[in-house]
Amino acid sequence: MIAHSIFFYFFSVVAIVSAVMVTASKNTVHSVFFLILDFISISCLFIMIGAEFLGMIMLIVYVGAVAVLFLFVVMMLNVAQQKNQWFLSKSSSRHIPIGLIISAIIFFELIIVVGGWKYKPELLNKENTLIMKDVTNTHSLGQVLYTDYIHIFQISGMILLIAMIGAIVLTYRQREGVKKQSYLKQISRERSEGVEVLDVASNKGVKIDD
Amino acid sequence: MIDIGLGHYLTLGAVIFTIGVIGIFLNRKNIIVILMSIELILLAVNINLVSFSIYLNDLSGQVFTLFILTVAAAEAAIGLAIIVVYYRNSGTIRVEEIDKLKG
Repeated sequence: MIAHSIFFYFFSVVAIVSAVMVTASKNTVHSVFFLILDFISISCLFIMIGAEFLGMIMLIVYVGAVAVLFLFVVMMLNVAQQKNQWFLSKSSSRHIPIGLIISAIIFFELIIVVGGWKYKPELLNKENTLIMKDVTNTHSLGQVLYTDYIHIFQISGMILLIAMIGAIVLTYRQREGVKKQSYLKQISRERSEGVEVLDVASNKGVKIDD
Repeated sequence: MIDIGLGHYLTLGAVIFTIGVIGIFLNRKNIIVILMSIELILLAVNINLVSFSIYLNDLSGQVFTLFILTVAAAEAAIGLAIIVVYYRNSGTIRVEEIDKLKG
């Protein structure tokens, strides 16, 4: 129990500090690195409380894909000249106290909900989603995911497909003046437009360019 | 204090959620940091769902978390694509200079 609490406090302090650094650090690349640190510590927490599959998936999806995507975009765009001090002009610093007040209100509402929370056991009557102790986490997730939630699972696959198509369509750019190989043109060439048989007069030759 | 229960995890989720909201409100830098704050908010929601799922002994929360992960990945891809297109068209992604809609 002691070890559990020590690890919980360690990982959560790391997570909170790195979340603050994500929003507060001046360099965007540092923000991405702190985001990676945040994801890693939260996935360690997930593994610690028994959701191993989700912890590993968090590592793969967030650290492996999303954070690297962020790094790529930060690298492609010129954000080095755009790092700056926190609050620029007078007009933009007007809404800062309002934002802080709203954030504080949100935080206190969440804390009130956490403090006054009661669990009614009769609300939970679905038998087949209970966590069984004798099978692993991945096994039981697979048993639920491919039976009860199969339609939602397929819809999430459609969401990923549409996101992929959308990202490609958004960033695709047709450039002028680039010579490209066109397979259709190559295949559909006829002999008549490629080869011409000429009668060459003696001592005159043939102009081939026109 | 020593006994870690559901409330500790929910408090951690609330703190990270609030940090994400503050990051959206107070951001004066480029818009990529706003996308990262949205990722933080989704992460806080994931913490809540997983801790409820573990402490209520019900697997549905972890399934929801999987779908939230899917949506977060799709959202990051689309958002970054939009940012790349905007940067290509206007040459800046600073929050203050994105005012084409006069909002």
